[in-house]
Order: sequence, then C-alpha cells, then structure tokens
Amino acid sequence: MKKLDRKQLAARVARDIPEGAYINLGIGLPTLVADFLPKGREIILHSENGVLGFGPRPPKGEEDEDLIHAGKEPVTLLAGGSFFHHADSFAMVRGRHLDYCVLGAFQVSAQGDLANWHTGAADAIPAVGGAMDLAVGAKNVLVMMEHLTKDGKSKIVERCSYPLTGARCVTRIYTDLAVIDVKADGLHLVEILAGELTFDQLQRLNGVTLKYRAAA
Amino acid sequence: MINKFVASAEAALADVPDGATVMLGGFGNAGMPVELIDALMAQGAKGLTIVNNNAGNADHGLAALIGAGRVKKIICSFPRQADSWHFDKAYRSGALELELVPQGTLAERIRAAGAGIGAFYTPTAFGTDLAKGKETRRIGERDYVLEYPIHADYALIKAERADRWGNLTYRKTARQFGPIMAAAAKCTVVQVRETVELGEIDPEVVVTPGIFVHRVVRIAPMRKVA
Repeated sequence: MKKLDRKQLAARVARDIPEGAYINLGIGLPTLVADFLPKGREIILHSENGVLGFGPRPPKGEEDEDLIHAGKEPVTLLAGGSFFHHADSFAMVRGRHLDYCVLGAFQVSAQGDLANWHTGAADAIPAVGGAMDLAVGAKNVLVMMEHLTKDGKSKIVERCSYPLTGARCVTRIYTDLAVIDVKADGLHLVEILAGELTFDQLQRLNGVTLKYRAAA
Repeated sequence: MINKFVASAEAALADVPDGATVMLGGFGNAGMPVELIDALMAQGAKGLTIVNNNAGNADHGLAALIGAGRVKKIICSFPRQADSWHFDKAYRSGALELELVPQGTLAERIRAAGAGIGAFYTPTAFGTDLAKGKETRRIGERDYVLEYPIHADYALIKAERADRWGNLTYRKTARQFGPIMAAAAKCTVVQVRETVELGEIDPEVVVTPGIFVHRVVRIAPMRKVA
C-alpha cells in the first residue's frame, strides 16, 4: 500500500475547491492546501484574524508583523483583499458565508462528529481557537488527516472517544488512504487514494462500514 | 476642548485598580499593545482578570504579567502555545483560573457587551464540553447555546492613527479585537503610532469612532519584538 504524503494529500483536497470559493484553512496540515490551489481559479482565503484574500508568504526580509494569518505566519495581501475586525470575521464563519473550511482531526465519527481540539487527557492544556465556530459555520466542513493513528487504529470511528469540536458537522473526509463523504445514511467511499489498496482492505482498516457505489 | 491624548502610557494607566477586568488587543504580535502592557506591569495592579485571544508568549507582555502572579483569571480561546510557559506553569499550579471560550464566541461576547446586548444564542460549541451547564435552545432547525457578554473595566489596544477626539484607524491584521474591545470597556486606552489633527482622518475610513475611546498615547514606531 502506498499512502499519500502530506503534499499529495493537500493537492488532492485543493483539486476539489471550485472557482469563486471562500475558504478557511485550519492551522497545521490544512494550511498546505493553499500551495496547491489550481492556478487560474480565483479562490479567496479567509483567516480568523480579520483578512480575506491573503496570498503566499512574502520573500525573506519583506515580512510585516501586522500582516499574518491565524497560524501567526506572515502572509501577503492580494489585490482585492480586505481587513475587518474579529466579530465581523466570525460573522463570516458562523453566518454560513464561507463555502469551505478544511480542518485537521483526531477523530471523525460515522455521523460526522468532529474531535480535533482536545485529547481529554487530565494534564493537557485545552485550547480551542476558532475550530468550534468553523465546524458549525462553513457550508462544507472538510477534514484532512492521516487515516490511522501511529499505532494503526482508525481515526474514523463509530463514536468519538475524544471531546467533540462539533456534532454532525463534517461533510467530507480526506485521508492519506481515501476520500469519504459523510451523509445522513452513513459514510460513502468516494475514492481510494492509496496505491495498491483494495476496497476490502480499506474496509478492514476503517473503523466504520463504508458504503460504495461505482460512480454514476 | 476634547483632548484624549495622554502624555505617557504610565499616565494613561495610573488608575487601574487591583481586581480590574482588562481586555488586551492583539493576536500574535499583530496589534499587541506592547508598551501599554509594559506600563500595566510597572504600575503594579494585581488580581487582574485578563481577556485576550491567547495567554501570552515567551517572557514579555501578558506572559510577564502572568509570570509575576498579577493575573487571577484569563478569558481566552487559545492559551496553549509553544512558548506559553508562564501560563502553563500558573495554570497547572492552580494559581490561574482559565475560562476557555471558542474564538468566535469570545469575539461576539465582547461585541455584545459594547452593543448593549444582554445575551445571545450561538450554534458554536453546541454538544461539546464547552457548552456544559449552559442554557440551550432549538430555534428552527438548529441548536444554540446561550452566551453572555464580557464587559471590561479597561481595554488596552493598539491602533495606527488617532486624532484628539479618539477616532482610530488600524493597520492590516493588527485590527482584529481592537474595535470590539474599544466598545466593551468603561475605559479604552489606545496606543497609536501616529497622532493627527482633527479632520486629517478621512471620516469614511474611521474604523473606531472616538465615542468608544477615552485615552490615546502615541508610541514612537515600534522596536522589533525579539
């Protein structure tokens, strides 16, 4: 089995983002998606800290500490970009104005529950940021993660054992093995991404039964 | 004549009492009112409740206040950072109370305080641990959590330009919590890079009207934060 690496996975997610979309990319792995958005499509990036239409990291020496994204990395502003305060920024999030958000995850359940903010460990310091707002707010909540934990357990589960970020909010899951849609009647396999992986093998690795219909 | 300009950060914060609730603008270094926080540190007020998105970085600013034991409670969305060791230590020792709030709920609770809203229902956090014990309500097809405003005694924020009436403009993503915190506090103290005459700020681009601002301190262009 040949799993996708981080860049290949980011490129796969990026391919599905359509012309004209407003999108928020979560901190960490999802941030990589920006590097692979298809050239020629106008896609507008939103960040929680009050910017729409930001562009790539500036060349070394041209960073501006007043121009960062929510991951606190320096960015640039594209022509047409705009700045606004935090309550407006989250009005865009909660008010269903964002077409997509891409979030990392510890676990996703068969019902689309998302756990990505807290392991629940007693000594862990909790930190939530904008994840709970994005989970309930974006029209399409895409999760991007490794399919299996380091010890080989499925991160797609019947019920999340970690504390929830949002209930029934995930619409599609991209992993290094497969693309899976979350629908009212369960999980539907869209595409196997890993090389040399059959549906039966994926089904055995996955914690939840997958439905699969050949593409119409 | 209205003149909100104050000579120094020290003078602007001289009356902050022990036990005050203080909002601090800033998201990362962008918009962080570094000199005002330094002045609050020097001023000595303790038992503070701090409202900020984070809980301090490295050894300066908010982290220094926490390290010096001056903060009894922090209301924020994302305390854990690679360099939040002062917070981590104070939190784990039980010396510092944490109210963890989703970032959009934090912003809206601050906004609500400034706008005179008594409470509001938000879909954020429904069904999660952060909604435990809170009133919920189904409205239409969705479930919501009741959230209350966060008022403050002081807001310390950073803007780019001000006139003596306190009209403000900001710079890039340094804006973030500034405008909503300005409205939510009884006394809003602003540090700016530049002060200008009345009329020099185009009224069409004023972001925070002076009615929300009480004291303005000009701080010469920033030294680089290491």
